[in-house]
Amino acid sequence: MTANDADPVLELEQLRVAFGREEVVRGVSLAIAPGECVAIVGESGSGKSVTARSLLGMAGEGARVEAQTLRLAGRDLRGATEREWRGVRGGQAGLVLQDALVALDPLRPIGREIGDALRIHDRMPRAERRARTLEVLADVGMPDPATAVRRRSGELSGGLRQRALIASALALDPPLLIADEPTTALDATVQARVLELLAEVRGRGTAVLLISHDLAVVARLADRVLVMREGRVIEQGTVDEVLRAPREPYTRALIAAVPAEVPRGAPLSRPADSDANATAAQTPTAADRAASREGSPGSTPLLALDGVVKTFPVRGGGRFTAVDDVSLDVHRGETVGLVGESGSGKTTLARLALALTAPDRGAVTLDGEPWSALDEHARRPRRPRIGAIYQDALSSFDPLWSVGRILADAAGGAPGKGAGTGHPSRAATARRVAELLDRVGLAGAVAGREPLTLSGGQRQRVAIARALAAAPELLVCDEPVSALDVTIQAQILDLLDELQRERGLAMLFISHDLGVVRHMADRVAVMQAGRIVESGPAERVFAAPGHPYTARLVADAPRLVH
Amino acid sequence: MTGRPAGTGVPAPGRTHRARTARHLALLLGGAVFVLWAVATLTFFAIRLIPGDPAQAILGGPGSQASQEALDQVRSDYGLDQPLVVQYFAMLGRLLTGDLGTSYSLKVPVAELLGAQIGGTLLLAVCSLAAAWVLALALSLWSTGRGRIASALGQGIELVAAALPHFWLAAVLIAVFSTGLGWFPPVATGTPAGFVLPVTTLAIPLAGFLAQVMRESLIDAMRQPFVVSARARGESALGIRFRHTIRHAALPGISLSGWALGWLLSGAVVVETIFAMPGLGRTLLQAVTLRDIPVVTGVVLLVALVYVVMTVLTDLVARIADPRLAQEGAR
Amino acid sequence: MSELELRQTTVDAEAAHDRESSRRGPRVGTVVAGAFVILLLTAAAFPALVATQDPNAISATEAFQPPSAAHWFGTDESGRDVYSRVVAGTGTSLLIGVTATAIGLALGLLLGVLASFGGRVVDFGVGRLVEVLFAFPGLLLALLVIVVAGPGPVTATIAVGLSTAPGYARIIRGQLVSIRSSQYVEAARVLGRPPRRILTAHLLPNALLPLVVLATLGIGQAIVWAAALSYLGLGAQPPAAEWGAMLSAGRTYLQTAWWMTVFPGLAIVGTTIATTVLGRALARRERGAR
Repeated sequence: MTANDADPVLELEQLRVAFGREEVVRGVSLAIAPGECVAIVGESGSGKSVTARSLLGMAGEGARVEAQTLRLAGRDLRGATEREWRGVRGGQAGLVLQDALVALDPLRPIGREIGDALRIHDRMPRAERRARTLEVLADVGMPDPATAVRRRSGELSGGLRQRALIASALALDPPLLIADEPTTALDATVQARVLELLAEVRGRGTAVLLISHDLAVVARLADRVLVMREGRVIEQGTVDEVLRAPREPYTRALIAAVPAEVPRGAPLSRPADSDANATAAQTPTAADRAASREGSPGSTPLLALDGVVKTFPVRGGGRFTAVDDVSLDVHRGETVGLVGESGSGKTTLARLALALTAPDRGAVTLDGEPWSALDEHARRPRRPRIGAIYQDALSSFDPLWSVGRILADAAGGAPGKGAGTGHPSRAATARRVAELLDRVGLAGAVAGREPLTLSGGQRQRVAIARALAAAPELLVCDEPVSALDVTIQAQILDLLDELQRERGLAMLFISHDLGVVRHMADRVAVMQAGRIVESGPAERVFAAPGHPYTARLVADAPRLVH
Repeated sequence: MTGRPAGTGVPAPGRTHRARTARHLALLLGGAVFVLWAVATLTFFAIRLIPGDPAQAILGGPGSQASQEALDQVRSDYGLDQPLVVQYFAMLGRLLTGDLGTSYSLKVPVAELLGAQIGGTLLLAVCSLAAAWVLALALSLWSTGRGRIASALGQGIELVAAALPHFWLAAVLIAVFSTGLGWFPPVATGTPAGFVLPVTTLAIPLAGFLAQVMRESLIDAMRQPFVVSARARGESALGIRFRHTIRHAALPGISLSGWALGWLLSGAVVVETIFAMPGLGRTLLQAVTLRDIPVVTGVVLLVALVYVVMTVLTDLVARIADPRLAQEGAR
Repeated sequence: MSELELRQTTVDAEAAHDRESSRRGPRVGTVVAGAFVILLLTAAAFPALVATQDPNAISATEAFQPPSAAHWFGTDESGRDVYSRVVAGTGTSLLIGVTATAIGLALGLLLGVLASFGGRVVDFGVGRLVEVLFAFPGLLLALLVIVVAGPGPVTATIAVGLSTAPGYARIIRGQLVSIRSSQYVEAARVLGRPPRRILTAHLLPNALLPLVVLATLGIGQAIVWAAALSYLGLGAQPPAAEWGAMLSAGRTYLQTAWWMTVFPGLAIVGTTIATTVLGRALARRERGAR
């Protein structure tokens, strides 16, 4: 730490923030020196973002903010007026938010957005302002700043517009940069570049406060880490201390829940105090599983895509090839992981596998029999053999249906309508719903709830229960955990893993998150621009990528230990 | 039901953008021509559904006891003895040359009749549109971001304004400002003072509609992360309003202006009648009452033309104001 | 765009914002609007209960009386009690509004269902038709219908119904398409549910509440338009106790007997506001189900 002797840029002691009676930040203290990066890690609702915004006097409407010390660049900001805060914002501290597509005004060119900070604080002449804007843009690595200033955020790629957002926060060269989930909306490779940029900013002597839910991102950039939970800092220390030797059970659970570091088959959400190795030893390793499958050579794959092509018409003429000559097999009892960045065609592939859309060329077969070639009428009776789990579970539930009705319907009889012949009785249906709920770890009372009132994790459990109800042989999971907090994600992944082993399910597991796929999959296929550029056993592909794109993905994937 | 592939990277500006804009413009103009043709066709055939003999109508209706010779004369004058298809194409041909036929009741060319009146009606509509815009923007800016009472009051005003029928509002305005206070004349006198009440009558309900839309998009805009970014840059509340959110509030107002102008032209029928103003609306009402088919057809076509032109214009303005629209078109 | 679509989208957006502000329970406005609608329905069904006098009793000595305890809304040129006439007109005006809305909704439903289920060509055709009809803005289409069919209360009702149909058609098509392409319908397909089951289990129930909202919003508009036609002398004719016709009769005496115009108009405005407020309350409930 080079800057220990310098005065800290930010000193904060005993910050408390309350909305009405609810206290969301309960005594947070931290200090950041120039050129230092301090990270606050926590899950949603931990109070990390409110802490960050309180430093700018923007805790939110109706917030009560108290602190024993709140000094930014040597100035006491306790009880500052809105006018005083306005001088601090942008001048003493810049803020970078998650997604520049909406964090920069989509109707204004980015040059104006960056120039605004200069106009507000400095009243510098127009020409000078323009020169400084170009300079900051060049500093953040924007190619061709002179053209870029005229673009609006929607006209730039995700990475470039995030750079523009960072430039707008750095325009006045503030001593502190607050970055609230600055890379969460980005693909892994772009994320890596933006993190490098933030490291550069820190290197120039700017103090960085990084807010993130992602330990791996934090590990890349931060010098010190604070772990927040329910408004308190429960653990802090250097990155090495916290990540290698966490003291608190919650921190340990958080670290354990990051799937990238946990071998295939080992649970992620084990109790925080149990021994990792002991648990892992009881479960079959990927090699065992691969061996047992290879015991039946030549078996027909359960699902096979053969030279599948899917294009979509583009308005204005021409066609966009979403899936380009893809062949992929999924065998019984195995999980095939499909990784790729956004727009690579993963979801279209999932829809082809589910026969929700027909391929332009090639064919999909199920258990050796035609699947994509069937007409919908002939396919319908076989549909229960494949189940689907989506990223946004809520929108996959009829808004008028309760959890009980959703599950009863999937299990073959709607409650209250089961009296007819051929349908199971009402009592049998209720029993089946209870069983399903129990199997996915939900209380029976959930049956009476509306999905809207459930948490994200609970909704995903209901979605899994619905998929199980029809006793499928194959599950197609499209980003099933992307919208969840890491500890919840761990529970859902464990549940899927357990169910797969218990029922010998085959799984097509789609994710943008290399760590998740690595943890879940026996075999992986890497997708780029509609093509599968590499596939093979998960361990081999990740340990020794054979394609440059895979190599880049692996290199850029955030991980806890470097 | 197709999964739309996600956009791939930065759209190349320059030539492709221009080509896209040109294509869009071509589609827009093509659509406009189609709509005009369809309106003409629809009107032509709808008119044929009228029971009775058109020649009789031209000569003053069933009670006129016109002679057979006169009827025959009229039929050949107006081409009514031709087959329907021939009449239809003759009508289209005449339209292309700007010939809208001759009024049954006034016996003058419809194009001349309407040409003299469209200016006044358009002026009335455009003034009302501008007034409604100003009122709506002021009301929505005033009533947002000031707490619950202002918001409820704003909502209430919009609700009432949008529910006011022109014919009643005009009467109340006349009763208060003309009969009661004597500030403005109760009929349009051709002076600016005579213009105030008609414009107010048309503008207030429209402002209610526009303000509802603008306020909703203002509220939406105020919750966007870019507002947080702007505040974090040190921008004041006023600066955020005028540099950021007001544009977002104005966007739907722009896109609605095509509809709004059409709505105002329809409202002109009532307002011009009440205030005894010469114009398209009053002419239309008289023609409807007298079943003067060429005039009705002419007004309908003219209003459709204004509506279509305005739709094309607002589409273009909206695309300039919001470049996201232009990009959406590309996908 | 049509007036109806505008009403519908603003109500939808407002309902979304209102949900977030986490207010619970019925509001004062909704309760007042509900009470007003109940009063209207009572007046329509049992005018004698609500009226104070015979709406058609002529009394030359009592002509042009301003509002008083005996005549709440004053009297007209024949000495008839304006309040009782407004009450008597409720039935006619509501009937015209509801019938016109039913016509518009039925036609819109037909076109909307055709467009969303009839395949691409039909969808395209209906889309263009609706676009063309929008080029007859506001009352223009209704006026054209009256030219063809002649004036009168029945044709005016049909004319208003026809001219609101394109708006209904476009909204209904949009709603059906969005439900059909929703992920829950897709999830039902993945479970192997046949189209008929998807229609009855998901599509119809989810389409119903928005339709009710739409109809509620539409009634206000239909009443105003029908009254406008009556006012212009193309719908119900003056001796009839219909709100628009009463306004038309009062026009001549605006300078001297403002009450003849103001009160029937207030009935129209009140009805429009009340139905809009109820439509909003329904839209909030619909949102709540999501």
